[in-house]
Amino acid sequence: MRLLKKPGLLVSAIFLLLVLLAVAVPSLFATHSPLEGVAAEKMLPPSAEHWFGTDHLGRDVYSRVVYGARLSVAAAALAVLIGVSVGAVVGLVAGAVGGKIDFAIMRVVDVFIAVPGILLALIVVASLGFGPWSVAVGVALGAAGSFARVMRSQVLRVRNEEYVEAAGALGVRRGTILLSHVLPNASRPVISMAALELGTAILSVSALSFLGFGPQPPTPEWGSLVASGREFVATAPWLSILPGVVIVAVVLAVNRVAQQLGASK
Amino acid sequence: MTQRPLDAPAAGESVDDILQVSGLQVEYHSAGETFPAVRGVSFSIPRGKIVAIVGESGSGKSTISQSLIRRLSTGGSITSGSIVFDGINLTQLSEKKLRRIRGARIGFVPQDPSNSLNPLMKIGEQIAESLRLHEKSSASAAAVRAVEILREVGIPDASARAGQYPHQLSGGMRQRVLIGMAWACNPDLVIADEPTSALDVTVQRQVLDRMERLASERGTAVLLVTHDLAVAADRADEILVMQQGLIVEQGHAKEVLENPTHSYTQRLVAAAPGLNSARLQAQLLPFGSSGPLGSSLFAGRPISVETSFEGIEKIPVPGLAPVLEVRKLVKTFALRTPGAPASVLTAVNNVSFAVQRGQTLSIVGESGSGKTTTARIAARIASADSGTVLFDGEDVTTLQGEKLRQLRRRIQVVYQNPFGSLDPRMTLERIITEPLRAFKLGDRKRQAEAAKELLECVQLSPDLINRRPGQLSGGQRQRVAIARALALGPEMMVLDEPVSALDVSVQEQILQLLVNLQAQFNLSYLFISHDLGVIRQVSDEIVVMRFGDVIEAGPAAQILKSPTQAYTRELLESIPGQLQGQS
Repeated sequence: MRLLKKPGLLVSAIFLLLVLLAVAVPSLFATHSPLEGVAAEKMLPPSAEHWFGTDHLGRDVYSRVVYGARLSVAAAALAVLIGVSVGAVVGLVAGAVGGKIDFAIMRVVDVFIAVPGILLALIVVASLGFGPWSVAVGVALGAAGSFARVMRSQVLRVRNEEYVEAAGALGVRRGTILLSHVLPNASRPVISMAALELGTAILSVSALSFLGFGPQPPTPEWGSLVASGREFVATAPWLSILPGVVIVAVVLAVNRVAQQLGASK
Repeated sequence: MTQRPLDAPAAGESVDDILQVSGLQVEYHSAGETFPAVRGVSFSIPRGKIVAIVGESGSGKSTISQSLIRRLSTGGSITSGSIVFDGINLTQLSEKKLRRIRGARIGFVPQDPSNSLNPLMKIGEQIAESLRLHEKSSASAAAVRAVEILREVGIPDASARAGQYPHQLSGGMRQRVLIGMAWACNPDLVIADEPTSALDVTVQRQVLDRMERLASERGTAVLLVTHDLAVAADRADEILVMQQGLIVEQGHAKEVLENPTHSYTQRLVAAAPGLNSARLQAQLLPFGSSGPLGSSLFAGRPISVETSFEGIEKIPVPGLAPVLEVRKLVKTFALRTPGAPASVLTAVNNVSFAVQRGQTLSIVGESGSGKTTTARIAARIASADSGTVLFDGEDVTTLQGEKLRQLRRRIQVVYQNPFGSLDPRMTLERIITEPLRAFKLGDRKRQAEAAKELLECVQLSPDLINRRPGQLSGGQRQRVAIARALALGPEMMVLDEPVSALDVSVQEQILQLLVNLQAQFNLSYLFISHDLGVIRQVSDEIVVMRFGDVIEAGPAAQILKSPTQAYTRELLESIPGQLQGQS
């Protein structure tokens, strides 16, 4: 009922559900094989038969986008998961221990935040080797710094709450207080932030794949789909534009839903 | 609803009434829901009289005061009824015309003096602003008059103070400035919404005295909104008692207080700390005979949880030795003010006292007296610069680590703010069993049983066990905090202002509960409060503190009946509810 008053949110949520379904069972949505093309049908513009047209090998681009969702979304989700976990632990330790250790940790975090995330990811991928999972780790490390900073500030806030002191006065051990009171109460803003970060991560993963650091052909992935259409932009612009539109739509939808999640809390 | 004849003939069209409110209804809308805050209220305020609206939080009293000048908070609207001020219906007046009445003919004294003054403007200028606006005074005349007004409300060295900013004034002075502003344009009516609840008791009295004098000198009518029946009793000619958006009783102050007819008013009168003087006696608990108490967890002894869990501590033999003793405590804080040389604030200066087993020792003092710091040192939450803390004859001043943790089993703390001291994410069961888990007492099932029994112990329904603190009222939360403190079967509880965040009638219930539990479990209390009215209901011994020093100490009866120090007498005289008896 209340969702109906926010049509943007409703559309975003439905779209995301469809994308998630495509990640789980791509065959539900795909109209053709993502890997095998028909040579006679190459470079066809969008039509009823091939919604997004076909590429230079006669493969259906729409089906490749559907199958590509799995790698793109999974790599982005993994990136956020790693980023949040690492950032939360670092922030928790820094905030809880305090003093010189806090100072040392946070200066390292400052360095991570100072370097642009995409550059950091490039460095990581270059040293770990190409592929979707090293892209995920790279993006994760780029995001972990800001998660650590937010977590630390939340820990500092919660640590001064009266119920934390009260728990100490009850005789609860410090470690237990940290895990049972400080962590749950500090993690809420970090989790809202993680949802927002997912959109950015999808974009970063696609960007790195576009640059050729992601999965190698013929595996479909959003960023590499855009990249492979690049050579034909003049003659077959749909090859790059339509996958690009899908990426933009997914990122916008994620941001809209994440914004709502953050607001409702 | 009980109606009584008022001073004015037939409350309604009397020309003697400056304000007539009839059938007023106010609603708040939020997230598609409508909440009626005021449900049809009629009253009138005679010229030059003080009328008090008394009620607890949520009764709608502040909503009335805001709707009179059409300053409701977001989502609030007047849905029906009329407000007639000196023949003008304020509900229908244009905003532009209303602005000329606000400030000029109706003054407003807000609740919180710290947020109601512009921090970037000198206080003299703030008063002058309203004079220039409403009285069309010239700038120089307004400035002169502003200083005069400050002098009238009793601000010493008024001309110098006029050039100061709000943060350079104490809370009491700021509230006096606001009172001066309310009266600046000689209004016919002043609405004072909880004007003194943020102030210390002695300051509260001075501020109220000042207000009363202004009202009688200028013939201003005052609508005094307060949760404190005793304040209303002292100051008001007429009292309206509100409950859940309705006036349940109204009449002459004296009559309402001496002979309340509505059951709610009777409860309020019985609960007002200022109007009762005796120490509360332990009552037989209604569940004492049939309840599960005494069956498993508590055998009516304080340490029974430990014994039933085969704990490690033995039951100490009750003797003459005090359970807690502090000797010559000193605590200083370094004050760093930018631009000024570093100075040292002595928060606690050479404080000694002893709490006898099974008794209550109270520390009373105003803000800045060092009473809370002393209690925190005694409970070993904060540490002292020097001095000794003895618990059960043992020196615990420097206990650390596991030994200190074991001491927590025997001495527990209940905090002032029940909204802050409970983790909002935990259920009551997890909150209450937390200390049991911390000391690994009993298994999960046993702990869950204990939680239910502890809830009954503090007279809460065990059905609440899966609720979270956000779903409880302030009084219920404080009961949960007490239940949690009881869980380990401590010998001693440090109660830091345990009732000052609660409504008056709830205060009374919590104090009675504490007295009952003390008798039942032979608990010793160190009780901290700024309110002598509360303290005399629970104390065996009293320590009076001021600016870190102990001013006076001794048995409660002696301190209350024949105080030797002027400051103690002043504190005693400041308890509201006494003027009524004298007049």
